[in-house]
Amino acid sequence: MKPVTLTINGKLVRATQGEYLLGVLRREKIDIPALCHHEAVEPYGGCRLCTIEVTKPEWDGWKDYVTSCLYPAADGLIIQTDSPQVIEIRRTILDLYLARCPEAKLVQDLAAKYGVMKTSYQTVPEPNDCILCSICTRICDTMGFKAISTVNRGHGKEVAPPLDQPPDACVGCLACALNCPTNYIKWKDVGGTREIWGKKFELIRCEQTGQPTITREFADYLIANRNINADYFKIKDSAHRTETSLGLGKIAQWTREEVK
Amino acid sequence: MGITSSKQLLEMHKECKATFEKYPKKVIVCCGTGCIANGARKIVEAFQAALAERKIKDFSIEAVKETGCHGFCEQGPLVVIEPHGTFYTHVKPKDVEAIVEKSIAGGEVIEPLLYTNPVTGNKVERYQDVSFFTHQHRIALRNLGKIAAHDIRDYIAVGGYQGLAKVLTSMTPDQVIDLIADSGLRGRGGGGFPAGKKWRTCRNVESDVRYVICNGDEGDPGAFMDRSMMEGDPHSVLEGMMIAAFAVGAKNGYIYVREEYPLAVIHLQKAIQDCEKHGLLGDNILGTNFSFRIRINRGAGAFVCGESSALMRSVAGEVGEPRAKYIHSVIKGLWDKPTVLNNVETYANVPIIAMNGPEWFKSIGVKNNSGTKVFSLVGKVRNTGLIEVAMGTTLREIIYDIGGGMLDGRPFKAVQTGGPSGGCLPAPQLDLPVDFDSLTAVGSMMGSGGMIVMDDKTCMVDVARYFLHFLVSESCGKCVPCREGLYQLHELTERVCTGEATEADLEKMEKLSEVVITASLCGLGKSGPNPLMSTIKYFRDEYLTHIREKRCPAAVCKKLITYTVIEEKCTGCMACITACAYNAITGERKKPHFIHQEKCEKCGACVAVCKPDAILVE
Repeated sequence: MKPVTLTINGKLVRATQGEYLLGVLRREKIDIPALCHHEAVEPYGGCRLCTIEVTKPEWDGWKDYVTSCLYPAADGLIIQTDSPQVIEIRRTILDLYLARCPEAKLVQDLAAKYGVMKTSYQTVPEPNDCILCSICTRICDTMGFKAISTVNRGHGKEVAPPLDQPPDACVGCLACALNCPTNYIKWKDVGGTREIWGKKFELIRCEQTGQPTITREFADYLIANRNINADYFKIKDSAHRTETSLGLGKIAQWTREEVK
Repeated sequence: MGITSSKQLLEMHKECKATFEKYPKKVIVCCGTGCIANGARKIVEAFQAALAERKIKDFSIEAVKETGCHGFCEQGPLVVIEPHGTFYTHVKPKDVEAIVEKSIAGGEVIEPLLYTNPVTGNKVERYQDVSFFTHQHRIALRNLGKIAAHDIRDYIAVGGYQGLAKVLTSMTPDQVIDLIADSGLRGRGGGGFPAGKKWRTCRNVESDVRYVICNGDEGDPGAFMDRSMMEGDPHSVLEGMMIAAFAVGAKNGYIYVREEYPLAVIHLQKAIQDCEKHGLLGDNILGTNFSFRIRINRGAGAFVCGESSALMRSVAGEVGEPRAKYIHSVIKGLWDKPTVLNNVETYANVPIIAMNGPEWFKSIGVKNNSGTKVFSLVGKVRNTGLIEVAMGTTLREIIYDIGGGMLDGRPFKAVQTGGPSGGCLPAPQLDLPVDFDSLTAVGSMMGSGGMIVMDDKTCMVDVARYFLHFLVSESCGKCVPCREGLYQLHELTERVCTGEATEADLEKMEKLSEVVITASLCGLGKSGPNPLMSTIKYFRDEYLTHIREKRCPAAVCKKLITYTVIEEKCTGCMACITACAYNAITGERKKPHFIHQEKCEKCGACVAVCKPDAILVE
């Protein structure tokens, strides 16, 4: 782990060689927008909002515009995080985003921060809230399920299970939906069943409270792959907590009795 | 039995050469995809049938060669009689008997089958004298139209695998890299990155495994350079890959080729099998320590998979999306291992450079751009097809000498180079030498070698719209500037074509183009606005005419043109009335007809049938 020195907006900053710049910038409390970044998964470079300006003394004045989420720190880098060109890139991207996702609050708020209140382009024929950040598919990949992916190309790209059929590989863990920054992925839990990506799941019922917990498939996955005791899933988390606190109560009682 | 030493290979070369030259006469039937589509297979069958019955002195069916593409597809099927080089075009199976009788047995020339020079109207007898071929300089295409593509013996007969033998037995990997670097060979896939430099970086990365990949994912509309090479001379590509693998220290190679190129896949597979059979692929090639294997990966036809990092993801079985290349794929490529990826044409150049040396290669072309480049010359020129010229040849030489000038004598307007993300160059640029740096300097690019010539009937706004449409649907959609930016650029261009755009829109297009170029993730987005930027740069007036006068000067943009009958010219033949599918034309015999604008769909069917040219489009 070689230490390197960077110049960020005129200030000398220490970092580790090869670490991605976005982490360094955020550590330095510099506000860098990003819509496709998620700490749990590999960086993607899709939204391009974290674009910054980099140069080096030996580059003869040539500057490059790179996404900080993927650019590795190297000794001597000179970084500008809010030059007029960088701001122009971010504004244009947010303007383009608004033409695709006019109703997405996340996009609206970020765009407003950059002074874009309304798109200057033609709104697309069928706007929706999916910003195609691919956090859902990358989380699903990282979990090891690969139940959903991006499908189609170009402007017709979207997130979907294979062949738009309920995906075999999905265990109903909701990692995709709960991490969706615009809450675009729809799912519902009704009366002990869960539905997501067109697939229906039965939820395990807590042996103590009778309330539905997680899907059988997800529990089986966690038991098999994450070394979790099968008994753990027989009752729900809140029941676990009740059990624990009751247990702690007992311990406290015993301790008091012993002290006596 | 396999070949286990370079000496054995040399013996085999002598033996194959003797077979290859056994008959003084040879008949060459072009069996590239274009000629096959025109019935070349039937011609081969006709030769077989004709020669089965008839015995000719010093000739046999073995001397009828099914070769790769000559590049002159529009004149196909082509038949050449060697050694004289008699060049027959548009040959039909029924002509074969006459060719056997008169040309092969008798040594005569069959006039009607000869090629007619479109400029002079004269018949041309020999292949070498056809202007389309005389101005070319064939290196990468050296074996096309000479040897049977599916026969390793033919390739060995013309000196095949001698370059490999030389490299394996007398050079170290570093010497090979020096040789390629010295020759100045630059990547023919479009970027023009020095091949030697790429190989050296790969070799110097510490790693247990390295890969060599051949990029045969040719996606530009109308381009068929790589296709012809893979179909017509697969062994050159394999030999080039082997030399690269030896130089960088790779044990495995992949060829990524489109599923739409079935003949290329078949011929490559056959070539790989033959090499394995002869011990040219596998363990301890030619008795040395070098071991190498090649596998074919078939792509599903996504344009973006021609981009190196997307291609590598596709080979690895993932979605074909590019990744940021701040760490180059030559350091971290396929399965995160150092990978050399070169284009088909680059590899095809390698064996002959290994044989003839770097000085020879540098003597062709111009400074910093040595060698030749293959182009597919299409559009409004008299001779279209696949050509190879020395770097630095001017656009004028290509279009007027090889292409035979503009079709129907119409004026030249622009030439589009570099495929969908290249640019359009106007007449003042005709004397521009064609090489990597000159083309980039004027806002276009070399690309993989597409070249589309346009005449005054082409609307430049429409051209930009067409290419943007292609790129919008072929963008992978991963990054916002490319996915959304190109989409909006296409929408804005569409508005220009329909006359709805304002001058402010034009400025908006230029501004957005700049952001798309700077901020996109991969080369597709970074060069995507090129067709737009270059047409705005060189044909701004045409854009302004669309915007200010709501008029399309080339009479292409449907919303801005009308079809009317010129009464003085109309003979009242009623041909247009019959041709119009929308019943938009009425009139009586021998009286001027009338086009009802509200019904007219501007399809142009009437213009096509009107003999006296009585329909005005403006």
